[in-house]
Amino acid sequence: MELTWIQIIGTILAKFWLVWLSMAIVFALSIKFKRQLGLYGKMFDSTVAIAGFAIVLFWFFTAIYADALINFDPLAQISGMKNKVPGTPVAGMEDAWFLFGGDNLARDVYSRLIIGSRQVLIIAPAATAFAFMAGVTLGVPAGYYGGLYDTVMSFIANLVLSFPVILLFYLLVTPEIVETGIPVYMAAVLFLFPIVFVLILLNSRFYTQPGKRNLYIGIAAVIGLWAYLGLAFNLDPLGILYMDPNLLNIFVAVVFVNSPTVFRIVRGLVLDIQTRDYVAAAQTRGEGPWYVMLWEILPNARGPLIVDFCLRIGYTTILLGTLGFFGLGVSPESPDWGSTINEGRKLLSIYPHPALPPAFALMSLVLGLNLLADGLREESLKD
Amino acid sequence: MGMFILRRTGIMLLTALCLTFVVFYLTNLYPNLEKLAKSEGNMRMTDVQVQSWLDKNGYTQNLFIRYGEWLGVVPGFIYKHEDETVTGRCIRFSNTSETAPRFCGILQGDFGFSTTFKENVGPLIVRKLKLTGLLMLWAFLLYVPLALLLGVLAGMREGSKTDRSLSTFAIATSATPEYVSGVILIAVFSSSAFGLKWFKGTSASAMDNPGFANFTLPVLTIALFGIGYITRMTRASMAEVMTAQYIRTARLKGVSFPAIVIKHALRNALIAPFTIIMLQFNYLLTGVVITEILFNYKGFGWTLVQAAGNNDIELLLSCSIVAVFVVLVTQLISDIGYVYLNPRIRVS
Repeated sequence: MELTWIQIIGTILAKFWLVWLSMAIVFALSIKFKRQLGLYGKMFDSTVAIAGFAIVLFWFFTAIYADALINFDPLAQISGMKNKVPGTPVAGMEDAWFLFGGDNLARDVYSRLIIGSRQVLIIAPAATAFAFMAGVTLGVPAGYYGGLYDTVMSFIANLVLSFPVILLFYLLVTPEIVETGIPVYMAAVLFLFPIVFVLILLNSRFYTQPGKRNLYIGIAAVIGLWAYLGLAFNLDPLGILYMDPNLLNIFVAVVFVNSPTVFRIVRGLVLDIQTRDYVAAAQTRGEGPWYVMLWEILPNARGPLIVDFCLRIGYTTILLGTLGFFGLGVSPESPDWGSTINEGRKLLSIYPHPALPPAFALMSLVLGLNLLADGLREESLKD
Repeated sequence: MGMFILRRTGIMLLTALCLTFVVFYLTNLYPNLEKLAKSEGNMRMTDVQVQSWLDKNGYTQNLFIRYGEWLGVVPGFIYKHEDETVTGRCIRFSNTSETAPRFCGILQGDFGFSTTFKENVGPLIVRKLKLTGLLMLWAFLLYVPLALLLGVLAGMREGSKTDRSLSTFAIATSATPEYVSGVILIAVFSSSAFGLKWFKGTSASAMDNPGFANFTLPVLTIALFGIGYITRMTRASMAEVMTAQYIRTARLKGVSFPAIVIKHALRNALIAPFTIIMLQFNYLLTGVVITEILFNYKGFGWTLVQAAGNNDIELLLSCSIVAVFVVLVTQLISDIGYVYLNPRIRVS
């Protein structure tokens, strides 16, 4: 028996009970303790931010519970289900439906959508975080010292920014590029920034207490080196951390595209903040330049940076979708939203149902992040 | 001012040189050349044959020399075959080895030969740019005035219901990339599943005779993504101007609200959006590429994708020059325009 739209929505709402429960718990706890939670707690004073946070949280939990939420293997092709409309029952199975229909290869659109959320929600925030690390590590000294270093770095940042994004992707994300090893070299440089950042951060804070410093830096260096070898060179001695070459290629390209903008934002913020009195006070106390940069200036730039981080995750999601849309995605089979939209668009005027769910999913996630950023900006401007 | 423009032009040229060199380097990586050799020669070439094909066509020279040839500052590559015939970079079509010019790079106005479309790149690009220009023109005419209007309406009374709803609309559209809005538009307005067959889902016919049915959806797709950002920027700028002292003075002396908005606030509020519209070209280009692919409109963006997909080196380089220059020139216009619109800013 075919399901009506109301039944489809009902089935999905019931299926997502774990997600609703988790969201309810997070919201209840956050609202109860919102006065003790700083900026995060203040977010719950703004309707816009709550709406955005709810959407983001929904996708976050969907990605976490994805394995429990799907009905079918996202790669399995089930005979007789090719291009079937939403709500079609699967032949030969009790109580099994293709809730959002079947795609051109007779796979379940609903299950692919859910698993696809996991891909997006892992890659986009991680890539944004790496871009931030690179942007901050390079941008803070550029703003603080100025001079030749600033001129050169700003020129390079502008150079990357005036490159049309799409052209860069077509040049950087191809199977031929993977052969030359360029993504690995780029990863070797870009993945170094988080380690350098953390090491400088710890050193500038604890260099007066050598015992503590050596311990912290030792731990950070070991973990950093382990992750670095595994992610960039696929040389993890324990064999746990590993990145597929195609994934690495996409990841590096997205980080590369994002970091110059972060660089410019950070540089601008530092130029503004370094004229404050507390910076002068720290300099008079005789603090080292890196201490002033990372422990006096950077924490005071956190408001705009957090807002930009939210916006940038959304932008990165769009970029990843663009890559998938042009068939430059992780793999042709991959259920990520951009690739699914790309596959679905070919038969769009006859069967629109395979392309629409991922399109709406991507839109809602980015919308949620943008609303969240907007609400956060309003709240952080209040004090 | 003259010095400023001169310096900016210098930086612009340097940027363009660096960027084209990067493109040149990336398109000339060995795996790309191998792919090119196989698609130009034949698919089952051995490694030795690939090597000799590359030798004969000058692809194995030093990268800087080849970049110089492409620029037109180094004499073009010439290869003497065993049977005394001469082939080379500058020898093609009507030119024989005697009449061919020594230099043939972009400085001589020769943009090279497209291996995908089998024609000279120069005229090809011009033709495609005209098509894309038409698309962009209509999109601009649709969304820039609309976005400015919405932004001014939202920003003139900050926090009002109009402001809230317009801002939400703006956020929603800027969260919808072209490949999402385009897919939704096609599904709703041209698929048989929804039944509204108002427009066509493809614009291939719009290249010869653009009309309402085949051109609305691509224009709308580009406009929708751009509108949100400009609306938000105009709103922010307008809201800031409305809190200024001179606006309060005008209110206190009894000027009516519409008169304040139109006579006092508007000019100052539109300075920031102007620069932002100009700086948006980079993002717009990505949008145009997506839209053209989605609607099969064979303009500049479509050509760029074909060139990149087939590693058509000279076409890709010309595309990137055009793209980079559009971005840099609009940046320059934005800076100069900012100075003219805002007399408080002086460039020294």
